[in-house]
Amino acid sequence: MPIQYYITLSIVLFCIGIVGVLTRRNAIIIFMCIELMLNAVNLLLVAFSKMHNAGAVGSDANPTAGVDGQLFVFFIMVVAAAEVSVGLSIIVMMYRNTHSVDVNFLNRLKN
Amino acid sequence: MNTIILSAIFGVVMMFTGIFVENKSAYRHIAAIALLLLLGFNIAESGHYNIFKIDTGYFLHFEKFGLLFNSVCIFSTLIYVLLSGRDIEKVGKNVAESFALIFFVLCGVGISTSYTNLLMLFLGIEIISIPLYILTGSEKRNLKGNEASLKYFLMGSFSTGIMLMGIAMLYGSGGSFLVEKLSVARLSYLEALGMLLIFFALSFKVSVAPFHFWTPDVYDGAPTVFTSFMATVVKVAGFAAFIRLFESRYGSMGGQTEHLIALAIILTLAFGNLTAVFQQSVKRMLAYSSIAQAGFMMFALFAVNDTAKEGLLLYAAAYSLATIGIFAVLAKMDDMTFEGFNGLAKSQPLIAALVAIFLLSLAGIPLTAGFFAKYYMLSAIVKTGSYLGLVIIGVLFAAISAYYYFKVIQAMYFKEGEEIAFAPVTLTFKYLLLGVAVVIVVLGIYPNALLSLLYF
Repeated sequence: MPIQYYITLSIVLFCIGIVGVLTRRNAIIIFMCIELMLNAVNLLLVAFSKMHNAGAVGSDANPTAGVDGQLFVFFIMVVAAAEVSVGLSIIVMMYRNTHSVDVNFLNRLKN
Repeated sequence: MNTIILSAIFGVVMMFTGIFVENKSAYRHIAAIALLLLLGFNIAESGHYNIFKIDTGYFLHFEKFGLLFNSVCIFSTLIYVLLSGRDIEKVGKNVAESFALIFFVLCGVGISTSYTNLLMLFLGIEIISIPLYILTGSEKRNLKGNEASLKYFLMGSFSTGIMLMGIAMLYGSGGSFLVEKLSVARLSYLEALGMLLIFFALSFKVSVAPFHFWTPDVYDGAPTVFTSFMATVVKVAGFAAFIRLFESRYGSMGGQTEHLIALAIILTLAFGNLTAVFQQSVKRMLAYSSIAQAGFMMFALFAVNDTAKEGLLLYAAAYSLATIGIFAVLAKMDDMTFEGFNGLAKSQPLIAALVAIFLLSLAGIPLTAGFFAKYYMLSAIVKTGSYLGLVIIGVLFAAISAYYYFKVIQAMYFKEGEEIAFAPVTLTFKYLLLGVAVVIVVLGIYPNALLSLLYF
């Protein structure tokens, strides 16, 4: 399949994520949208990695070309997992105190 | 490498002290000793003494500037722990873990001052950010803290997502994550967009306008001791990461980025200074002033020459030390409004005088480090020979900033107040604060004391 399909798909997913973060009011859903953004990036990195690999085989025949893109994906996954563990516990702490995960409640700090 | 590995190890050690040591006040002594060791080994590394012989090849490159920046950050953290250690103990139940998280942040600082690979930039920024989300929310029952922590977390991970998209785009067009490889004469659209996204995301992290909106809320809601840490060490580390990206990258990009950065500088200075003028609470005023100071540090990113790097280093030291000092005093007070400072000079003459020195340094009055920091920033712009209007704008906003800093001094010295609720301070606290003030004044008279370390 041409690379354009992958790029389009991941850009679309990324934009869904951004729009979700900006419009939704539920902290969990906002969080899911952020994860969607990260995974869109993962998809894009893997697609580019494959593209660079295919490009290299023709010219200088380096079989490991483009591997670093896939390596990066693993790091993103690990960091995202760390972020999930911290983020969910923050949301749980918030829920225990206010019995709500609606970010509209977050207005105590204005003024 | 010493800093990165040792700070991670010390972080784990602090976690275990939390299990095995019952005595709460032992934690800050252990942390202070560990920080002192860390500082020593970091300085040793600039003398090419490495404990760990690791080939960091295409990922990290250690040079004088990054190492000295680490030293400044570690030294500020040491001062911070010594001054505010008692206040850290009051926040939450798990004191040892708070110290552990501070060490993990320093590990991230070590990475982000010396990366050569975008992967390391990402890891460094994340290792700095994730512990901070926890520290912000470490007062579990405090609703304001919860809110600040959630807000910081959502905004922070959102900007991480944007930064990753930028990195993916750079990779797509260049096929490499190396920072130097990116410098090519002609820029494709994909690369330009990628750089723009990374610029936005890093602006988020160091709270540069128009991405500063989370800053006042988070700094206000977080426990005061941790606000102090966030506003100083973490912010200047963000700028170190920023300038590393710029010196290898934007130099070759020319025209368009200069407009962009100039615009960001003007917006940041305007928002930070003008809103700070109208604040009632000193804590919130300091949050806005930290945005304004970020605007000044942006000058270094605009100029990207040797003067700019020296200036950034000096600015990091001057700003961090002064802000840590003020916050340490602020944490002792119950009333954080300007009225709370009324008549402080009567009841605590020494502390009031030292706070006045810190405030003068932040405003950039001569004979304090803040003056030379601002001077280096502005002269870096003059050396580039373009956009001299920026210098005038910088000076104007520095004058505005003097207004709200002097408001505190005025409250301390020229207003009568009722008995101030001031937590008892030890003699050591006073002497330490005095030491910090002395460092600031020495740097203000002889800035080369710090800067000459860059060149020998």
